[in-house]
Amino acid sequence: MNRIAERFRDGLWRDNPGLVQLLGLCPLLAVTTTFVNGLGLGIATLSVLVVSNGLVSATRRWIRNEIRIPIYVLIIASLVTCTELIFKAWFPALDRSLGIFIPLIVTNCAIVARAEVFASRNPVGSSIVDGFVMGTGFALLLVTIGAFRELVSMVWLLALLPPGAFFSLALAIAVKNAIDGRRGEKREDAVPQPTRLVR
Amino acid sequence: MSDASMTRSGLTLAAIAAVCTTLVALTFQLTDERIDANRQAWLEQSLQPVLAGVSFDSGIIDSQLTFPSPNALPGAGDAIIYRVYSAGAPAAALFVVSAREGYSGPIKLLVGVDADGAVTGVHVLEHRETPGLGDQVETGKSDWATQFRGRSLGDPVSAGWAVRRDGGEFDQLTGATITPRAIVKAVRETLEYYAENRILVFGVSGDPAPPDEVSR
Repeated sequence: MNRIAERFRDGLWRDNPGLVQLLGLCPLLAVTTTFVNGLGLGIATLSVLVVSNGLVSATRRWIRNEIRIPIYVLIIASLVTCTELIFKAWFPALDRSLGIFIPLIVTNCAIVARAEVFASRNPVGSSIVDGFVMGTGFALLLVTIGAFRELVSMVWLLALLPPGAFFSLALAIAVKNAIDGRRGEKREDAVPQPTRLVR
Repeated sequence: MSDASMTRSGLTLAAIAAVCTTLVALTFQLTDERIDANRQAWLEQSLQPVLAGVSFDSGIIDSQLTFPSPNALPGAGDAIIYRVYSAGAPAAALFVVSAREGYSGPIKLLVGVDADGAVTGVHVLEHRETPGLGDQVETGKSDWATQFRGRSLGDPVSAGWAVRRDGGEFDQLTGATITPRAIVKAVRETLEYYAENRILVFGVSGDPAPPDEVSR
């Protein structure tokens, strides 16, 4: 039980893919103009991440090291294509407003990073939990920044434009670091930890 | 890598590719019908705004006419046309066409032309252009597409039917010339088609009853 709580703390806060690892910034900055867009892309990314972590983990024993990357790419690309079709069929308005960013989930490095760092060396159950936690962390950040920009844009239009995206993300990271600082957590927790991403 | 391990890797890749392809194929089967219905609904919803300023008293959707491929309209597949009439006389035609030379794939457009050959509106239905640059041709993102309203083949004259960079009269977009260039060309070709095939489009001139079938 404690371990699950610990995992959530990692995914949502200490290791948040957007806030701390700074992965998947292109969609994060580009689509977070409204709460609904953030939520849409957040849910799409979350579902791809959960299923891709599950599949990568389930097949990890048969996959030789040399061909793992093409296989991750295959799995992730197929899942994203399915997600795109599902969005087109059941959420056409959201699909139009997210446009090309749904297919571009393929290039979200947060997904391949979780496949490589976690799912390829852990059992299926805990890989799915990892995908869920990391995806939720990413989705919550998208939703927060989307809602923030939508609200601020009522008084300051710049919030909707590209600079507004950078300012909002910077603000979110600053707030997180300030909270961490106040809590007196260790400094290493507040900075990106690239060493965890390489083999 | 030894031959045996290379074969094994190849087989693993092939097996996973087969599984992934099946997954995509199944999802496609499951969603195909709904996607088509959504596409049609979006098209029908976009028809009215493209007819801004045209007065007509006939229904739009039941006036659909399909010109089978190949035809002279821009785009690859069958061309779909809607006609509206005012007191029995042709008021305007709506063309669903594709600009083939978009930056990333075809751009599906709705072009409205009134009975005199002037554009009533241009609306981008589907595209894959670059977000923030080429996607400004979308009606909701900027008013770029409104510059076509009221223009016709004589206004501007033929050389003017190009973006400014090519010596024409239409604005390009900062950082994106290819997308507007493709759309200007498709709109011009639609007008040219209309000019030559007005009778084909409206059936017998002035007759509100459309012919059942049009073949070229």
